[in-house]
Amino acid sequence: MSEQKNKGLSRRGFMKGAAATAGAALGSGVITGFPTYWAQASKDITITHVGSIYTTNPTVAEQANKDLGFTVQMQTLDNTTLINRLLTQAETVDVADFGNTSMGYFKNKGVLMPIPVKEYKYWDQTVPLFTQGTYADGKPYSMQGYAPIKSQFWVDESAQEYSPTPTDWLVGIPVMYNADTLGVRPDLVPHKVTSWKDLLGSDFAGKVALQDGVNVGVPDAAVALEAAGLMTYVDKGNMTREEIDKTIDLLIELKRSGHFRSFWTNFDQSVQLMASGEVVLQSMFAPAVTEVRTRGIECQYLPLEEGSRGWYIFQSAMAHLDAGDKLRRDCVMEYMNWCNSGFNGVYFSRQGFYSSVPDLMKAQLPENDYGYWYEGKAATADIIDPFGKVMEKAGAVRDGGSLWDRMGNVGIWNTLMDEDRYLVRRWQDFMAA
Amino acid sequence: MSSMTVSPRAASWLQATPFTLIMTCLVMVPLAIIVSVSFMDFGFAEIIPEFYLGNWTDLLRSSLTFDTYKTVFRQLAIVWTITLLLGFTISYYLIFHVRSNMWRAIFLAACAIPFWTSGPIRMISWVPLLGREGLVNQALMGTGVIDQPISWLLYSEFSVIVVYVNMLTMAMAGPIANSMAKISPSIIQAARDQGASEWQVITEVIIPLIKPGIVVGTIFIITAVMGDGFLVRAMSGNQMNTPAVAIMNEINAFQFPPAAAKSVVLLLVVLGMVGLLLRFVDIRKELAR
Repeated sequence: MSEQKNKGLSRRGFMKGAAATAGAALGSGVITGFPTYWAQASKDITITHVGSIYTTNPTVAEQANKDLGFTVQMQTLDNTTLINRLLTQAETVDVADFGNTSMGYFKNKGVLMPIPVKEYKYWDQTVPLFTQGTYADGKPYSMQGYAPIKSQFWVDESAQEYSPTPTDWLVGIPVMYNADTLGVRPDLVPHKVTSWKDLLGSDFAGKVALQDGVNVGVPDAAVALEAAGLMTYVDKGNMTREEIDKTIDLLIELKRSGHFRSFWTNFDQSVQLMASGEVVLQSMFAPAVTEVRTRGIECQYLPLEEGSRGWYIFQSAMAHLDAGDKLRRDCVMEYMNWCNSGFNGVYFSRQGFYSSVPDLMKAQLPENDYGYWYEGKAATADIIDPFGKVMEKAGAVRDGGSLWDRMGNVGIWNTLMDEDRYLVRRWQDFMAA
Repeated sequence: MSSMTVSPRAASWLQATPFTLIMTCLVMVPLAIIVSVSFMDFGFAEIIPEFYLGNWTDLLRSSLTFDTYKTVFRQLAIVWTITLLLGFTISYYLIFHVRSNMWRAIFLAACAIPFWTSGPIRMISWVPLLGREGLVNQALMGTGVIDQPISWLLYSEFSVIVVYVNMLTMAMAGPIANSMAKISPSIIQAARDQGASEWQVITEVIIPLIKPGIVVGTIFIITAVMGDGFLVRAMSGNQMNTPAVAIMNEINAFQFPPAAAKSVVLLLVVLGMVGLLLRFVDIRKELAR
């Protein structure tokens, strides 16, 4: 362990040596001569990691504190509180997670630390979704919405603007990602669902729901409207004002005719809608589908003609670390490396999320689990979720198949549109209608 | 015994100081900030400190404001009427018909049972009751009253009002019961002796005497309904927009200036309504009675 630390730090020392800061001088001194001192001193350091319910949990926190020579304190926040805290009290946070829908808030703010690519150990093993902006086979993916490559790199160390092409500075370390689609109650739908346009079909009237919001619900509605031939967009993930107006007007019409049963705000509501049969078709997140199934209720999550809605979660460090205690910054980098090294990825893979370093997962997940979650193979034994509940019986195959079958056809990414201000305003009209 | 004496004038200043400080620091200053932010422009999760009237022109000219207030006033009127009827009936029964103090206490405590669980759980547990596949629909279909499940029981204005009534009846019943308990039995006895019927006792003796309770209860209902965004969102399935919901939507999108403008208007409206009520009844005088 101490050898590994030593190795990691040497590289950092080399990097920082070039930067020639006072902190680097202290750091490299520590590295070359006194690894024991480093381990001693880091014992007193506590780093604060804030994230969502998907990225922070007691099991992972406990393991991190076992594996690492410093204390990790995890806090779970809802997204609004989290972003507010990062923007107004960044100094109270060391590490934070956030997804596509928040990326628009960090440009020109100076709250995030530019992460040098070289300080992240697993960049070479990271899926090309993030490193190159392509699928595994090298084909480019849809650039509608906040595609990963749009916010993966800073232009330079000043960390103000995103670069659409690779640089030496990461905005965040990709942690997890997935392809969302529509959740379906196969026992209650009038026919097999193959396209997003079914969301607007009259045979589903009063039995569909959308996520409540402009970053997920509106893109889902836009995909459906386009599939149904009611709208055309240049970029559904970044609409013009005119496109927003037309979209909202169409949605208001549908709402007034009683087409939507509900709009859900959180995980529990989406599970409840589906499990109770209030809704038979709705936009949904993968773990919610899993949750419905563990209650013994059939729920499908199938690939649709127009592709899926992709999303990702980055983990990033706060800018104050670069200016502060070098040792603390080193601990944060070590922690972020740890987060993708195995335990954490194994934990969330079993909930149905994908790790950005699947090869590491292959080495650490039991063959049956990796086969089921990542390779689209039939389970050879029961699939157990991280909480010990049986999720699927032997023989089951994951909806949509393997990682690249599911992830390889993204139609749109979760988003934050340039016209967000106008869209939120029109969404208010929609809600009031 | 201290020999230090303070002039009455200084004493009253000293007595008023803590409250003045609290009011200034925790109410007036934040309010002043909110008012000034409402006149600023905004970008992505940032307030641009330049004078900008757009938030106010949108607020005062758009149909959104009219629509959201129309919705909330309609809900308020219905909820107020129902809670007043229920609150009065419950209090009347508890105060004038339940003789034993113990039973009175037990009944009052029973009214609080729904509040033993947390808000979100209470919200979610309406689904298996009012839902399309819920108990009410099952019962109605089982007895042959309907042959198709009724969908407007949930995620509708109906469900919003049902839950408001469930949550707020106690807020109305409490102050009314408090006022009723202060009515001396001899007054009612006197009215009866004069030949008043029970109805006359209620309308001519009890109601005039419990006005302060009704006003206090009304203030609770107004502030709860006008200020709520959470319940109306959950129970309407996010399909209704009220002034408070509109503010929440903007805060969730980190658009603080328009949310600030809406908050100022909502505050003025609520203060106006409460002020108007207080003109009719001098609560301070009545409560001191």
